[in-house]
Amino acid sequence: MAMTSGSPAIFGTAGPAAHQIAVLGWVLTIISLAVLLVVSLILLVALFRQRAARAEQPESVVIRPNGSIRLIVWGGIVVPAIILICALLFTLFVQSAVATPPATPVATIRIVGHRWWWQVIYTAQSPDQQVVTANEIHVPVGQPVRLELVSADVVHSFWVPKLAGKTDVIPGQQNTMWMQADKPGIYWGECAEYCGLQHTHMDLLVVAQSPADFRHWLDQQRQPPPPPTDPVTATGERVFTRQACAACHTVGGTPAMGTIGPDLTHIASRRTIAAGTLPNTPGNLAGWIANAQGIKPGNDMPTMSLPPGDLQALVAWLETLQ
Amino acid sequence: MAIATAPTAPVGKLARTWETAPGLYGVLATVDHKTIGKRYIVTALVFFLAGGIEAAFMRTQLIHSNVHLLDAEEYNQIFTMHGVTMLFLFASPILSGFSNYLWPLMIGARDMAFPRVNALSYWTFLLSGVFIYTSFLIGQAPDGGWFAYVPMTGRTYSPGLNIDFYALGLIFITISTTVGAVNFVVTFFRMRAPGMSLNRVPIIMWGTLSASVAIIFALPALSAACVMLYFDRRFGMHFFDAAEGGHPLLWQHLFWMFGHPWVYIIVLPAIGLASDMIPTFSRRPLAGYTFVALSTVTTAILGFGVWVHHMFATGLPMLATTFFSAASMMIAIPSGVSIFAWIATIWHGRPVFRTPFLFLIGFIVLFVIGGVSGVMTAAVPFDWQLTDNYFVVAHLHYVLIGINVFPVFAALYYWLPKMTGRMLSERYGRWVFWLMFIGANLAFFPMHISGMLGMPRRIYTYQAGLGWDTVNLITSIGAYVFALGVLLFLVDFFRSLSVGPEAGDNPWDAPTLEWSVSSPPPPYNFAVIPTVRSRHPLWEGRLDEEYHTLIGSGPVLDRGRETFGTSALDSDPFEILQMPEDSLWPLILAAMMTVTFYGLLFGVWWLAILGLVLVILSLAGWCWPKLVREDEMDLLPEEG
Repeated sequence: MAMTSGSPAIFGTAGPAAHQIAVLGWVLTIISLAVLLVVSLILLVALFRQRAARAEQPESVVIRPNGSIRLIVWGGIVVPAIILICALLFTLFVQSAVATPPATPVATIRIVGHRWWWQVIYTAQSPDQQVVTANEIHVPVGQPVRLELVSADVVHSFWVPKLAGKTDVIPGQQNTMWMQADKPGIYWGECAEYCGLQHTHMDLLVVAQSPADFRHWLDQQRQPPPPPTDPVTATGERVFTRQACAACHTVGGTPAMGTIGPDLTHIASRRTIAAGTLPNTPGNLAGWIANAQGIKPGNDMPTMSLPPGDLQALVAWLETLQ
Repeated sequence: MAIATAPTAPVGKLARTWETAPGLYGVLATVDHKTIGKRYIVTALVFFLAGGIEAAFMRTQLIHSNVHLLDAEEYNQIFTMHGVTMLFLFASPILSGFSNYLWPLMIGARDMAFPRVNALSYWTFLLSGVFIYTSFLIGQAPDGGWFAYVPMTGRTYSPGLNIDFYALGLIFITISTTVGAVNFVVTFFRMRAPGMSLNRVPIIMWGTLSASVAIIFALPALSAACVMLYFDRRFGMHFFDAAEGGHPLLWQHLFWMFGHPWVYIIVLPAIGLASDMIPTFSRRPLAGYTFVALSTVTTAILGFGVWVHHMFATGLPMLATTFFSAASMMIAIPSGVSIFAWIATIWHGRPVFRTPFLFLIGFIVLFVIGGVSGVMTAAVPFDWQLTDNYFVVAHLHYVLIGINVFPVFAALYYWLPKMTGRMLSERYGRWVFWLMFIGANLAFFPMHISGMLGMPRRIYTYQAGLGWDTVNLITSIGAYVFALGVLLFLVDFFRSLSVGPEAGDNPWDAPTLEWSVSSPPPPYNFAVIPTVRSRHPLWEGRLDEEYHTLIGSGPVLDRGRETFGTSALDSDPFEILQMPEDSLWPLILAAMMTVTFYGLLFGVWWLAILGLVLVILSLAGWCWPKLVREDEMDLLPEEG
């Protein structure tokens, strides 16, 4: 059950970068199909022309006809060279057009590739204004954002097909790209470079919302979550901070400061868990905590054996982290 | 020099001189290029079946969303081994097999330049393949993809032996490929029959020569990268470790500096095979011989200037990517030249539709599809969308199946009768062709679309609702149809061995020298060394050539294992070469290398050092001068 509707198709574009590339893609696709069609037709004619006349002679006759060189020079050199040079010029034009965003980016988002999830950091001048989340990137519609891509471990590749081409995420260097969504919506993204065991389950969502909604969301993400208000959620918080959870995860406003796994300060506001592996429902969350290794074998989250009451309380508390 | 001439050729004596000894010794010690060629072909086909079984597993896993026939680790090992197998253990060795078998027969020689090196090349190929496949026995097959990007394949993220099998196995294979390439280059320039000047050699010779020169320059990059990877993993070095001043992109550059030329290495000889078969079925010589020969050489050279198109998304500067983009598009031109040379050959010829020809027509069509999709991925911005998704998988399979597998199957139908003396069935052959052609297109054309629908490569399963189910179902069905074609070919092959009609010397009425000898050829290939006068020795009479190739009369060279050494350009004979006898040393040397590599694999240093010492001793044994008995003295070539 994908969180978005339909395929993340590169021609179903929702942003200017992907759109310009799609135009180039269509042109190249049409040229390619035309070349295939024309060459196939020439081949068919070559195979079947004057069939009856050619069949009259016995097979043992071999001939040395003239006139082949002209076909080779025109078909193999002149025409392809013209087509390729035109394709190259158009490619260069598009490449320089998509190199820079149409406007100054309104936000810089630092994306850290981990095996196998995406850490998302909205950078800010002061640390308390910084927002850290995971596997879900919110962007304002119609405004470009700048992405800084770095890796915590191995090579990944950041790809949201409907919005932009992919950029590799490589340890030891920072790559940058820009991205803009022109329509509100939720766009599917994924790791495109094979990065090991659970490469398959390293997806993300881009949520494009109106600039006002985006700023509202950002403000909300900057607030620590409300403290527990009832005994069950209070138990849940205690389970989280006293069990191993806090060693790897951060929840703002609590002593949990772990940095190995995703920041869970606003986990309940996110649409998926485990990098797009499951929709974020209480049942899935409980299942994930109890059996992370069964759902996504090899990931860093251990399978937690909690008493049923603790697990329920923990999930109840996590559900309050809006 | 006193040289006996036919028709008094002492074929009995020649046969005794050149025959491989009977029994186990002969099996292990033979240096006959025909035996080695056949072994290459059979071994490569066995690996082709292994790679095919791996592909069948993958396509069953991906036939629908959320299928879990394999778990993630199993799938990752299987897709990696599929790539490693097909690229290193099938695509290249099968062409070495054909070249080994055919070259001496095509150029009127009695063996390759270095028959024992030839045997070494085969044994190291076989044992390196076995070495890599033993990884399955301990459940630790390579799982990093065939290009094994660091640091994922470093010790931190891949602590098992999986990647050690990969790194050492590839170093092992490069030994086989490199010595084989050296042998081809020397054979090309030294062993051609008198009169077979450079402009008279079959195109397969240009293909394999270009590939061999490319191998000699490209493989060191791979070996170096694999040695670094092994050192990083085993000794904690930091070639690729960004935290310690290394860089992961170093691996990518080294790998693709090898990797892209490798693509041409495994297609150029196949293009050569096709260029030599198409004229036979068009009943005329190849149109534009010089164009095709030059475009082959040009492609091999340009192939070294396009590696960065595998790295357009790595954040390299725009100027660099545009240069490689332009080069990657322009490399299509030599391919266009070859394609139109074949079309022109057919256009002005009189096509005869036999099974090999069907495969060759299929080859041209698949080549065009793989070519134009290659131009699409050469456009940098579009490649940012296409790279690492199923479009690239589609593209590379059109290239490799189209330009390697299809010519190879044409060549199997065409030259197996020469090797076995039996024809394969035309009726089966048509079925095999149509199953493979329809299967390949059904499997790989929809992959372009799954890529455009955003499906990344190398995922072991996918969710429902992404719109990928239907295209994947079609792809899987296509893969099964293709597999059925391959299985039917095997049936046809084994059938032909017992019930196939006798092939005779020249069942296709083909023009080149290998068809002038019996099927299968005698151990000495030619009772007398031919003197060549044109590109199509067996068609000269019908093409009203002024000068005719001498076949069946001329120098015999029967005082020991003799053949001519000739000049590089014009092929003037200037020496009589004494070719080596059968020998166990190539096998022993390859076996000792295997010991060394297992020692390195498990980190058992005494074993590795012992293996290395034995390798050196084997080399010494191989090179040890042989005492010549007095009664053999007169067999030595005369001085001056």
